[in-house]
Amino acid sequence: MNTFATKFSTTSAVGQLRKAQKLAAEEDEFSDAAWGSEAGFGNVAKGAPSFTVPAIPDPAAFLRLHTDDHADPSCRIKIQHGTTTLAFRFQGGVIVAVDSRATAGSYIASGTVKKVIEINPYLLGTMAGGAADCQYWETYLGMHCRLHELRNRERISVSAASKYLSNLVYSYKGMGLSMGTMICGWDKTGPAVFYVDSDGTRLKGDLFSVGSGSTFAYGVLDQGYHWDLTDAEAQELGRRSIYAAGHRDAFSGNTCNLYHVKEDGWHFIGNYDVSKMHYDGPGNVPGAPGHGYGYDIRVEGRSSANPPEASS
Amino acid sequence: MSIMELNGGSVIAMVGKDCVAIAADMRLGNQALGISSKFERIFPVTDRIYLGLPGLATDVATLRERFRFRVNMYTIKEEREIQPETFAHLVSSTLYEHRFGPYFIEPVMAGISKTPSGAVKPFIAATDLIGCLNFAKDFVVAGTASTKLYGVAEGLWEPDLEPEDLFETISQTLLNATDRDAFSGWGCIVHIITKDKVVTRTLKGRMD
Repeated sequence: MNTFATKFSTTSAVGQLRKAQKLAAEEDEFSDAAWGSEAGFGNVAKGAPSFTVPAIPDPAAFLRLHTDDHADPSCRIKIQHGTTTLAFRFQGGVIVAVDSRATAGSYIASGTVKKVIEINPYLLGTMAGGAADCQYWETYLGMHCRLHELRNRERISVSAASKYLSNLVYSYKGMGLSMGTMICGWDKTGPAVFYVDSDGTRLKGDLFSVGSGSTFAYGVLDQGYHWDLTDAEAQELGRRSIYAAGHRDAFSGNTCNLYHVKEDGWHFIGNYDVSKMHYDGPGNVPGAPGHGYGYDIRVEGRSSANPPEASS
Repeated sequence: MSIMELNGGSVIAMVGKDCVAIAADMRLGNQALGISSKFERIFPVTDRIYLGLPGLATDVATLRERFRFRVNMYTIKEEREIQPETFAHLVSSTLYEHRFGPYFIEPVMAGISKTPSGAVKPFIAATDLIGCLNFAKDFVVAGTASTKLYGVAEGLWEPDLEPEDLFETISQTLLNATDRDAFSGWGCIVHIITKDKVVTRTLKGRMD
């Protein structure tokens, strides 16, 4: 990164931040501490949120030294990494399904993480990569979507919302943000899914999966996906795909959270235990197969190598 | 990534009243990818000694055969069955022979030995990958979930458990510890060794 240029530029994130800090210092008769954290959302009026930065020449390099990113997986500060998330567009809207496991190295830190962020009643964001980064910036996106509504007397399009997030994270490129997210919703154009990540990539598409378990999810998704899926079939496909990833990927699992976005906004469909789906299936829900997803359970009694439990 | 965590898996052994228990998970993985949920890493050495081999899967197979050979040679030469204490030293010296190019296994063993008076004495032991012996009076653990196993076992284990209570204790310990480890799980197997029989049970575990 060209540190010399950024130091004096007025349009970069660092420049904006410096400007905001200078402005705040001039006009406030109280110190920032009197109003609470400057990284809170109370300062939207000032333009850019400001963060405390280590007092060293290159804060980004300092952060990179102590946290993990693509370049250095052996790190000291571990950020939530393993995940499976998916979203797809179909005739009946958008299906969003995610797992709920958070790992720090091989330790399963939590099995009840909410990886779907409810930005507003019409917009959902998924969480992969840095949990804090996704949570903070997608909540921040939600505020700006509301401001857009107030200014324009019209809901923001999914395209515009995702572009806002994409441009925002791009301005912090190289400073260690880590997020791979899908912005999903329903606007004037119908159902929409956009993939946005911290590299600055923004893609429009029908079907995405993100995270360490994404390959497993894609496997099930690709063979079961088509545009004319019924609501029940689509929900079942989302569930089944997250199960596949939760089963095979060590860093995904515990439970599956399922959302369905329709014309009137998103609906939470349910929370399903991955192990329960393996042995018994997802329960009495639309599209359920009526038996467990697990291979040994599915094929029980079909061959001499795998006799039914009763006869063994 | 560490070679000890390449395939995943964990083993635990516990002492009870005139009985011992040894249990392991059944996951075989290739880093994050789960390959098999039917991988056995505990093997009988004699009717009263069981050996658990958590670590690198290729070395599980190699060491199983190596110990089978050495125990057979011992039985032929000595014309008697090997005792648990003797077997522990055989494990230790076999591993130390490879001090500068070790097998990536941390063995755990459990057995019952007979004292000269005819009474039975429960025995458990574990070593590190180059054969440093650890004779414990309560429980021993090894594998990718070892830190979690220590925590749960420390909380659940108590002295002089009867076989059925020991089974419950070791099962709950293993199941709950492996649920917090990304590289262990996918089903469990438990062996309870008493003076006149060995009971083996497979447990339904979380499959994620």
